[in-house]
Amino acid sequence: MTTSESASAKKTTRDIYLPPERKVVAGGGTAHIVAKNFSIYYSEFEAVKKVSADILSKYVTAIIGPSGCGKSTFLRAINRMNDLIPSCHTSGSLLFDGDDIYGKYTDEVLLRKKVGMVFQKPNPFPKSIFDNIAYGPRLHGVSDKKKLMEIVERSLRKAAIWDEVCDRLDKNALGLSGGQQQRICVARTLAVEPEVLLLDEPTSALDPKATAKIEDLIQELRGSYTIMIVTHNMQQASRVSDSTMFFYEGVLVEHAATAQLFTNPKDPMTEDYITGRFS
Amino acid sequence: MNIGTRKILDRSFTAVGIGSIVVMALALMIIVVPIVSNGIGAILFTGTIEHRKMLRNEFQRGNVQNLASEVASSERYRARLYEMLTTFEGELETMAPEKKREYMSQYSQVKTALQALLGPLPGDTTPMLTRFKYGQTRWEKAEEKLHELLYESKWDNSNADIMGKEYFVSRAKAFEGTALAPIFPYIKTNLREMLLPEFTLYWGFITDSSVDSHFFGGIWPEIKGTFFLAIGAMLFAFPLGVVAAIYFTEYAKPGFLNSMLRSANSTLAGVPSIVFGMFGLAFFINTLRVSESKSVIAGSLTLAIMILPTIIRSAEEAILAVPKMYREASLGLGSTKWNTIATVIIPAALPGILTGGVISLGRAAGETAPIIFTAAVSVGSAIGLADVFSSPTPALSWNIYNLASEHEAAAQIRHVQYGMVLALVTIVLLLNLSAIVLRARISKKLKG
Ligand SMILES: Nc1ncnc2c1ncn2[C@@H]1O[C@H](COP(=O)(O)OP(=O)(O)OP(=O)(O)O)[C@@H](O)[C@H]1O
Ligand SMILES: [Mg+2]
Repeated sequence: MTTSESASAKKTTRDIYLPPERKVVAGGGTAHIVAKNFSIYYSEFEAVKKVSADILSKYVTAIIGPSGCGKSTFLRAINRMNDLIPSCHTSGSLLFDGDDIYGKYTDEVLLRKKVGMVFQKPNPFPKSIFDNIAYGPRLHGVSDKKKLMEIVERSLRKAAIWDEVCDRLDKNALGLSGGQQQRICVARTLAVEPEVLLLDEPTSALDPKATAKIEDLIQELRGSYTIMIVTHNMQQASRVSDSTMFFYEGVLVEHAATAQLFTNPKDPMTEDYITGRFS
Repeated sequence: MNIGTRKILDRSFTAVGIGSIVVMALALMIIVVPIVSNGIGAILFTGTIEHRKMLRNEFQRGNVQNLASEVASSERYRARLYEMLTTFEGELETMAPEKKREYMSQYSQVKTALQALLGPLPGDTTPMLTRFKYGQTRWEKAEEKLHELLYESKWDNSNADIMGKEYFVSRAKAFEGTALAPIFPYIKTNLREMLLPEFTLYWGFITDSSVDSHFFGGIWPEIKGTFFLAIGAMLFAFPLGVVAAIYFTEYAKPGFLNSMLRSANSTLAGVPSIVFGMFGLAFFINTLRVSESKSVIAGSLTLAIMILPTIIRSAEEAILAVPKMYREASLGLGSTKWNTIATVIIPAALPGILTGGVISLGRAAGETAPIIFTAAVSVGSAIGLADVFSSPTPALSWNIYNLASEHEAAAQIRHVQYGMVLALVTIVLLLNLSAIVLRARISKKLKG
């Protein structure tokens, strides 16, 4: 294999993933997370089947597919949240920055610091807003009050909720609306300065207005973080993502630039799904 | 089911529900009302001069001058009585021996009743027991004694088929014609002047030690002992129970050993408390020798073992009730398992854990059987913190039982027993109330 050949092979991959019509991100576009023949099992049941894919850094990747197709399972494998389920195990490899996530010597605590997650249901701790955001930094050794305050403000600003809560940081976070709570959760994740942000249906529990705010937020964060978002909402996937993965019964059917996947899908199954021909 | 039947079912269920609540409330009233009214009688009562004399002599309390003038006034009336007694004694000497013997036995009964009523009579040697040094300290008791003085109680056993019937014979009649006869109407009319009853608020019932095994004084040693035992039990059981609950819920791998431990725990919760008492004696005192014999520490350890299963179970339930998403959120931020437990799970489970703890504390305060062999004595002084390793202690639960069943003069100090019951019920109630308040406050903080 000559150098030019490998270069052109690389170029094609990037061509697939990087849509020309979207703004190119400086410094982004390298493979941040790489799955190779990666399978996930619950006991005997293979929930994710031999997935191979590259997730490009600093871009937004959407995961779509019918209910039960393994989207959450795949997403939760990336920060090893699946460890909480005793029956769950994997095969193949899943690399983060070139290191095997399921490697023998991988420290899952460190990994989760770099790969943050926001869940379907807003889940702030029953503590004050300040303590919620400061939870991660405190965990990782920041105890200086001034520095914590800086981090809290920066994270809340990044999550576009600073203006709404800056005068009640000492109030319990559970007193906020669902949409605000979800942005608090995003801010809480950003406060530990992760490289990757995993969002599992972050807007499914929110009303349209709050959903729009979260989508705007994702656009803001694009270019700074590698973002993966699971969604049932096709419009949302096409609005916020650069590339899209379509799963069906645990198989990664198609992975392409979002614009292409939605306008000109290669696989007939994808076409059926996005045109709503199967439920 | 059609709408008519459904409505009838609904209504009848509501009726049954309300009915059962009413029955329960009534039952509770029937128990609580006498406890409260009689228990308060230990603190609030009509006290006689004998009570004030006792307070002065045994506790150095009360105004000396006032007491002296009161004693002087009461002695004036008593002196007249004593004179009459002397006159009668002179008369006795002049009687025919047969007659004299007949009167003597009756007269000694009268004297005993008088001693009970007014304290030692002139010429008596000072009694050894404090209880005989004073007359009746409570007016309602004095009235009972007065009746005993005025009437001889006899039993009518003429009909062998039924139980004997009590009837009363006037002593004034028995002594008719002698010099003793006038004392009965005299005492009846002048008892107030001799005993000077007045309304008394005796807080000392709570803060004083008992004198002559609860004849006089208060129940402070019992209250203190109860607190020592219950809090000691908590000091052992609460941390241990919470740690065990964390182990069961967070660390234990499901398996044979784990399920064995769990069912052992559940079984332990149902073991009768007397068994724990025997165990405490056999294990802590005879085997481990935590103390030479009964001691607060042995009692606390025994109570701790008894309440441990309850604490474990309530803490387990509280921990399991913490939403899974808190755990995920914390771990997702790069927290370690231990850190997640310490900073998220335990704080969120705290209301439940504390409620279980305080209810167990109430149970430890109220149980009798576990401390019978390990810690309780019926009479003793209030112990200090330094004594917990070596001395036994009186405690409310045990002393209530003791006063009800084993005390040699239980009938005469019922008010003390009621007072103890009220104190114990109040302590347990306050503990449970504080649990409710604590829980509400923490829950409110958690809910925002
Ligand atoms: N804890 C578990 N134990 C066993 N099987 C599980 C577990 N969690 C999920 N599964 C199974 O794995 C498959 C994939 O589940 P997953 O939650 O990843 O689907 P999903 O695509 O996220 O669905 P949804 O859109 O409804 O969230 C499903 O068939 C599900 O039944
Ligand atoms: Mg899902």
